[in-house]
Amino acid sequence: MQAKRVTFPGKITPYLLLLPQVAVTLVFFVWPAGEALVSSLFAQDAFGLGSTFVGLANFAALLRDPAYLEAVGVSFLFAFCVTVLAMGLGLLFAAAADALGKAAGLYQVLLVWPYAVAPAVAGVLWLFMFDPSVGMIARALRTMGLSWNHMLDGGQALTLVILAAAWKQVSYNFLFFYAGLRAIPQGALEAAALDGAGPFQRFRHIVLPLLAPTTFFLLVVNLTYAFFDTFGIIHATTGGGPGRATTILVYKVFRDGFEGLDLGGSSAQSVVLLVIVVALTALQFRHIEHKVSY
Amino acid sequence: MVHSSRRGVLTALVVSAFAATLAQPAAAQSQTPTQIQWWHAMAGPLGEKLEKLAADFNATQGEYKIVPVFKGTYPEAMTGAIAAFRAKQHPAIVQVFEVGTATMMSAKGAIYPTYKLMADAGEPFDPKAYLPAVTGYYTDTGGNMLSFPFNSSTPILYVNKDLFRKAGLDPETPPKTWPEVEAAALKVQAAGVPCGFTTQWPSWVNVENLSAWHNVPVGTLENGLGGTATRLTIANPLTQKHWEALARWQKTKIYDYGGRQSKADPKFFSGECAMSIGSSAARAGILANSKFELGYGMMPYWPDVQGAPQNAIIGGATLWVLTGRPAEEYKGVAKFFGYLSRPEVQAWWHQNTGYLPITQAAYDLSRAQGFYEKNPGTDVSIRQMTLKAPTANSKGLRFGNFLQIRDVIEEELEATLAGQKTPQAALAAAEARGNEQLRAFEKANP
Repeated sequence: MQAKRVTFPGKITPYLLLLPQVAVTLVFFVWPAGEALVSSLFAQDAFGLGSTFVGLANFAALLRDPAYLEAVGVSFLFAFCVTVLAMGLGLLFAAAADALGKAAGLYQVLLVWPYAVAPAVAGVLWLFMFDPSVGMIARALRTMGLSWNHMLDGGQALTLVILAAAWKQVSYNFLFFYAGLRAIPQGALEAAALDGAGPFQRFRHIVLPLLAPTTFFLLVVNLTYAFFDTFGIIHATTGGGPGRATTILVYKVFRDGFEGLDLGGSSAQSVVLLVIVVALTALQFRHIEHKVSY
Repeated sequence: MVHSSRRGVLTALVVSAFAATLAQPAAAQSQTPTQIQWWHAMAGPLGEKLEKLAADFNATQGEYKIVPVFKGTYPEAMTGAIAAFRAKQHPAIVQVFEVGTATMMSAKGAIYPTYKLMADAGEPFDPKAYLPAVTGYYTDTGGNMLSFPFNSSTPILYVNKDLFRKAGLDPETPPKTWPEVEAAALKVQAAGVPCGFTTQWPSWVNVENLSAWHNVPVGTLENGLGGTATRLTIANPLTQKHWEALARWQKTKIYDYGGRQSKADPKFFSGECAMSIGSSAARAGILANSKFELGYGMMPYWPDVQGAPQNAIIGGATLWVLTGRPAEEYKGVAKFFGYLSRPEVQAWWHQNTGYLPITQAAYDLSRAQGFYEKNPGTDVSIRQMTLKAPTANSKGLRFGNFLQIRDVIEEELEATLAGQKTPQAALAAAEARGNEQLRAFEKANP
């Protein structure tokens, strides 16, 4: 039996309905991306008084720049740690809240708060806690014999921005995991329990596979977040330093383009960034989504 | 990302320009004064003083109205103005820090040089009235002043007198040389203070002013004042010796690094460090945020360097005039600059902010008013600037892409202090990477 296709009678209505979305995409994505692509091929002075076509020279310069390659490494390490930490904690909190049942309301509200905090504010908050001179946590660490100075120690600085970035994203992950857990049919779990499966086995063989679509969705969202959305946190806490320890790609784009006024080089970087994320997303949808059971 | 953030800035600019227009009270006079936008980067107490300057000027006449608009940090004000210029929404006057000088100078079509502006408007203007150590930065090779010197500062040594007393040191004689700084730091540490000294603006203090103070070049072609074909020469024995000392001192916190710009301030404010080397314009902030008695000294020097100390160089900002505004605005700008040049206005600004008196007359007036006797130590900055006649190595610096070069220098200094690189390797890397920036600038600004 052929499934009946639902069609709208009008010829224009569907296009009209589509228009706002298309307009938004054109104005906020296609146009800037196109402009980035064009200006990545030019060397331009800061005031835009003159520009020279340089072809792919801006891209070649990137590959020769050790600072850029270092930023690639830092970005992937940063994105990996933020994603693992934020998703791990999100799942843990969601499982804990789920186990609480009806009493989870307050817990849920408290967990969602960090998401409402602006990235720059979150950064400053963590900066205050970890300020080497006046930060509470830095002082506590010092009494335990650990000297904390993220102004000087690159590893500590990276740890700080990873913690701050993950903290801000945990809420989001928590909400989705919590909703996912609530949607798992109790019947399946009860049946497994009757068959003698312990809590861990039930989690491993029933809950996790049923959470797979949520997990997959969150993986993409978290990676994108770590790559693109953490700029404010880094700008407020470490400014990319010390050295280049916390300069991730998107931060380098800002520094070179906005502060350094190297528009060509910075556009080349944003094109590369765009390609990386498109590739990442495509790869995941092709290869991981197949293994996701719905 | 760049594009969307730039677009965001543009929107913000348009909105704030619009808001500034709305904020004007309806003109009571029969004629409406010509409004002149002045974008600046002075927050807090310094911003209030700046607004008073504009209000005072506006009160002296009814034809023009200077409208100060705060635009964030120095880099934000500068890049914001440039973005606005590209969108033809720019102000007549923008405050640009010294690091942006080469960028502004090379933007010939966008800049209305100050000497030309004053001549066109028939406003009396004598470049010789300004201190040579200040104007050297902002004049072209023909000796013409391109921007208007407004707020220039120089790094000086700040001392926590209470901690000096506690350690049995004489609070009235701050250390003069680096070995004396080390000895004083050891004494305060023995008295229980965790850290000897810290620094603001790491590259400005530990490379740029270090070099001028010892009459050693930072780059070729008179530190870039002679042209864009300049090369950095920071991997020299003096800087290496200084960085080696800093790296050694960092281990026991004789020196404790506190971050870039003025991020090290809490260490000095809280009494964690007994000394700090920072901008002369930091005085108001220190007095407002700390409880101890504050002492002032000149920057320390290495006594084994012949002829040291030479003279210090400046930081801070100047006012640049952008082209493309209506002609009557420029008449008002010239009048305003004329007003700012008055000795009593300059002296007031100097005495209330810690910035240098940029004209000889303002310095003389402050002295005649007895300001330095009433506020001992406040003339340290000007004495540093005028200690000796500036040489090719101590007139000033002008390097293209200097914002990025400073980042490079500070990155390498941080790697040195963290023990990841030897001072020698770090300086060699900073020099090579800085030279790449210079070549890129040369290519983009032929």
